[in-house]
Order: sequence, then C-alpha cells, then structure tokens
Amino acid sequence: MSRIGEAIGAPFAPVRTFFRRHRSLGIFVGVLLISIALPLITRVPPFDGIQSTNAWVNAFTTAAIYAMLAMGLNVVIGFAGLLDLGYAAFFALGGYTYAFVASPFTGVHLPFWPMLLAGGVVGAIFGVLLGAPTLRLRGDYLAIVTLGFGEIVPITLMNADKFTDGVNGIGGIDKPNIPGILQFTLTNPWPMYGLVIMLFALIMIMIYRLEDSRLGRTWDAIREDELAAESSGVNTVIAKLQAFAVGASIAGIVGVVNAAKITIVTPDQFRFAVSISALAAVVLGGMGNTIGVATGAFIIYLFQSILLKQLNTLVENFNIPVLNQIDFLEFQYVLYGIVLVLMMLKRPQGIFPAHRRMREFGPLKSAKRGSK
Amino acid sequence: MVTSSATTGTAQRLAAGLRLPIGIVAFLALSLAVLGIDQFVNALTLGAIYALVALGYTMVYGIIELINFAHGDVFMVGSFIALFISSSLLGNDGSITDLPLLAGSVLILFALTIGIMALVGALIERLAYRPLRRAPKLAPLITAIGVSFILQNIIQFFFGPTIVSVPQLVPIEWSIQVAGARVPLLNLFVIATSVLLMFALQLFISRTRTGRAMRTTSMDRDASSLMGVDINRTIMITFLIGSGLAGAAGVVHGLYYGNTTFSLGFQSGLKAFTAAVLGGIGNTAGAALGGFLIAFVEVGASAFGYGRWGGAIVFSLLVIFLVFRPTGLLGSHTGDRA
Repeated sequence: MSRIGEAIGAPFAPVRTFFRRHRSLGIFVGVLLISIALPLITRVPPFDGIQSTNAWVNAFTTAAIYAMLAMGLNVVIGFAGLLDLGYAAFFALGGYTYAFVASPFTGVHLPFWPMLLAGGVVGAIFGVLLGAPTLRLRGDYLAIVTLGFGEIVPITLMNADKFTDGVNGIGGIDKPNIPGILQFTLTNPWPMYGLVIMLFALIMIMIYRLEDSRLGRTWDAIREDELAAESSGVNTVIAKLQAFAVGASIAGIVGVVNAAKITIVTPDQFRFAVSISALAAVVLGGMGNTIGVATGAFIIYLFQSILLKQLNTLVENFNIPVLNQIDFLEFQYVLYGIVLVLMMLKRPQGIFPAHRRMREFGPLKSAKRGSK
Repeated sequence: MVTSSATTGTAQRLAAGLRLPIGIVAFLALSLAVLGIDQFVNALTLGAIYALVALGYTMVYGIIELINFAHGDVFMVGSFIALFISSSLLGNDGSITDLPLLAGSVLILFALTIGIMALVGALIERLAYRPLRRAPKLAPLITAIGVSFILQNIIQFFFGPTIVSVPQLVPIEWSIQVAGARVPLLNLFVIATSVLLMFALQLFISRTRTGRAMRTTSMDRDASSLMGVDINRTIMITFLIGSGLAGAAGVVHGLYYGNTTFSLGFQSGLKAFTAAVLGGIGNTAGAALGGFLIAFVEVGASAFGYGRWGGAIVFSLLVIFLVFRPTGLLGSHTGDRA
C-alpha cells in the first residue's frame, strides 16, 4: 500500500518540498483548492439532491465561520492549555461592534473592511480585560470564570435594551461591498464565500506562524509545565494574556463577518451552546492541531446541519409514526455532549492528534503526570 | 504578663469565632429590615434549594477536585423524576388537603426521587469520571460538560422544550400569621426539609465511619488509601449523597414553584455553584451559607426592580470571588494545582 502511495506521490515530491519550505503559501493554495473543490462536489449525486448549490455554498460559508471560531478557541485551549468556556462572548462582542456602526439601529454606516479590524481590536481588549485579573487562577476556576463572563455578556445584551434592542437584537446590518466592483447580497452566497475563505486562509496562516514563533513555544512550555516555564524566565501571565487576546480577537473578527453574513445579531445567537460547540470541535479535531480542529468543526457542522436535517425529511417522507414527532435538529446538543464525553474517554488526543503535542492527554496508562 | 497575653489570645480567638455568627445575624437582620417579611421568607426558601444543590458541588469538589458541571442537571433531572412519580405513579394533579395522605405522598416522593437520583449520580461517576481519575484535571471537567448536555437532551426528548407544570402537593393556601404577614406553610416546609437534610449530612460526615473516610480522602487520597480506605467506594458514596440531595432539591423545587424545565439545571446549577464558591468550595457549612447568601442577593435584586439582572449580578459575584477570594468565606486554601 505504502509503496504504491510512494509511487503515486513520487512526481509530486518537488511540489511537496516547495510547500514545506513555503508553508504559508502551501496553506493558501490548499485552502483555495478545497474551497474550489467543495462546490464542485455538491454538483455530483447524491449531494446535488440534498439542496441547491447556492444553499450548499451558504452552508460551507457558515461551516468555515464556525471552523475559524474553533481555530481561535484552539489557540487558547490547545496551545496555551487554558479552558475558555465563554468564548461565544467575544464572538458576540465582535458582532455587536459591527452592528452598532453599520445598521439602521444607530443610523451610522461605517464601511465593512476597517470594521473587520475593529472587531478584532474590541475582542482583544475584552480578552485582556477579562484575562488580566483571572489568568492567575487555576485551570478549572478559570473555566468557570470564563463561563460566568460568557453568560454575563448575553444577559447584558438582552437587558440593556435601550442600547441593543434586547431580545430582538439589531437587524438590517450592512453587507460588505467593494465600491464599484462588487456588492454583497443575501441571494448570492458566492462573494461571502470568497471573503470567508480568504479570511479562513489568513487566520490559519497566522495561527501556524504563531505556533512556530517564540510565543508559540512559550505557550507550549506553559501548557506542559507552568512552574518550569516560569522558572526558566517565561513571563507566564503575559504569555497567557497574549493567548487570550489572540483567541478573543479572532472571535471578534469572525463575529463581524458573521454579523455581516446573516445581517442580524440577537443575544440568543451567543449562548453557552455556541461556546460548547466550538469546544466540541476542538476536542473532536484534536487540541493543538489547527487543521484537525478546523476539520473537526467542519465535520460537526455538516453533521448537524445537513445530516440531521436530512434525517428529518427522510422520516417525514417514509412517514414512520413514532419518529415523525421528533425534530432531529434538536439533537445537535446531545451530539456535542456525546462528542465531549466519548472523545475524552476514548481518544483524548482527538481524531487528528497534534504531533508531539498534547502529551498531557496522551496514553492514560503511562501517565501520572499532571497530577503532581 | 504571660497570663494576660494568653487572655488576649483567647479573646482574639473568641472574637474570630464569633465574627461569622455575628455577621450572619447582622446580615439576616439587615435583609429582614430591607426586604420585609414576605421577601425575607422567599429568600430563605430559595436559599434552602440553592444550598441543597450547592452541597453536591462542594462535596464532589472537596473529594476529587472536580467541578461537577453535570450536577445542576442532576438537580434538573431530579425535578422531572419527581414530576413523573408524583403525577404518573401517584396520580396527583393538584394539592392534597388530607394530611395523612399528603404526608405519605410527600414521603414516597422524597424517598423514590432521592434513591433514583443517587443511583444516577453514582452511575455518572462510574461511567464518565472514574476512568479519568488519573487524567489531567481538565479532562473530567470536559466530560462533565458533555454529560450535562446529554442529560438536558434526554429530558428535552421525553418532556419537551417548554416549561412543564408540576403538581404542588402542599396546598398554597395553608399559612400562618407572623408579625402581621402571611407566611405560607409551603415555604416553611421547604426550609425545614432542607435544614433537616443539611443537619443529617453534617452528622453523617462528622460522626460515621464513612463520613470520616470521606474527610480523609479529601485531605490526602493516597494516604487514606494506605490506611485502608476504599477510595473508589468513598468517592461513589460522595456522589450518591450529593446527587441524592440534588434529587431532594428537585422535589422541593417542583413542590414550591409548581413547574420545571429542561434548562433549569444550567442557570440554577451555576447559581448553586456560585454559592459553593462563595461559602468556600469543599466546605459543606460554607455551601449552605453561600446558598442563602446568593438567594438574598437575587431576591434583593428583584425587590429593587433589577430582577432581570439577577443572573448577571450572581455571575459577577462568582467572578469577583474567584478572582479576589477563591477560598470563599469559610474555605481553606486548597493549593495551586493546574
């Protein structure tokens, strides 16, 4: 098998060496190829029977947004080893930031592109604000504090209805446009798809470069042994803050894009379940492995929004009496739960384990580490 | 000289020991004055429920240092089991005015629900937490979140996503007059039940052999194992008791509010966890204290017209306490383990 594989792979060897040397370019080309291949696949049976190509592209856009969220969370959990359970809060802050400056609600209409950065800055600011006092806490306490923060943000957005229109949220958010060239619309999913894919590639490149940087190695050190890292001269508080800020700013940017895509933000979009869905993607894909996490997010999203929906129509078509009453879409939450429990019990390193990383979650038998 | 310094030492110790009871009495008097007797009784009742749930969090954390995220949902499942027993098995659909019948029904309700939930809790421990006993700390926390989601979904599957009404067995009309105000017997019943259970728990932990095993295990698991304590059995008993108490809280919640919903466990569970942290996690008396404190904060907030902000205020308290006083009001330092 492997010999055949080698034989087939042989002509590509120079290509592989080239992309190994220029990895950012490699990621870019890879993401581009996949993003071209995906819509093509949906034209082939059985996928073309499920929904129109436009609907598929729309679904892929949402999946990519979700995958970016998971990649950002992976920086916090997978790289720095900090369990953040309130990640959706930063996503919400990004979305509301854009909604405030680009909707009829406030009457302000700032252009989309600079706001993309502003969303990241807002996310980073709140990440630092939350992180500065809390990052001294032990792992599980930090998880609960972030969870509390993740609850406070939607509650505040819900109750401060003078500023946010409460439960109704802010609608009619501007779509991005490139003046004179391209106007994004709700009916044509392709421009948004292109935008999200570009952003996806950029964020992935950024994360990979961060991982290999001095900061990335610092995170490794902190995750594996905080005390040792600290005694080796690493300023752990600053490094953890940076992880928080990077993760939060990615969530902020993605929040802006998400708000521009669906043109409405409501507090309900950012509940605890969103944070947990991102966590499930990280755990499924393999903490610390960026591509794995993105794939995990993709699998979970497609499973819940395509397969479960298909199950609904299937049951309706065959008119199976008992199952007819069930809305399978509601099972997405149990899906997160099952993913979290089964993965932690059976394969804590994820389906695509990060190389030489997450030994923390390595084989349980050899491990008494971690519980000093 | 020596005697005088000894006396000051004793006086200081006495003052330190009295600080808490005096603080509690002062707090109660203040809230009674501010809230009025109706709201005061409401807060005590709510606090009793929170305290029962908080005990489960604090016991489990004390013994295996795990934030049992699913505990709030165990409480929620308890309220649904109570609903099922009360309406389907016993066939109730409203209050019972016949006293012996009422007492019998309530007793059966408590016994069955506590028993079933204790088993459910122990089962969760066996399946989801025990295999990860030696794993890094975040691993069981993540499975706990998973279990929480699974429990919510199972209940949603059987009972639907809406608020379900629960038969209120104790008639709401029954009440006594206290200082000119009408205090429903139901509230007193809830408070009395919780306090009784809490005292029973204290006795169990401080007086029995198993209770002592629980205390030593939480102090030093390896050492108590060497002294012949069966660690797995002790941890399982902790889960049995904690979940049983959550089941009792579920019964009480149904009787008091007359409704329940599948998402009850998340909100109330987080508040009960806050209570446990407030009192000093790992400390059973602290959990009870924290439960009442949280309830007073929440009832106070709604008395002043900030009811919608109740949740945000409680979670802010949680964040503030975890950051500035992670040992809580009564807790001792548990050491820094990541």
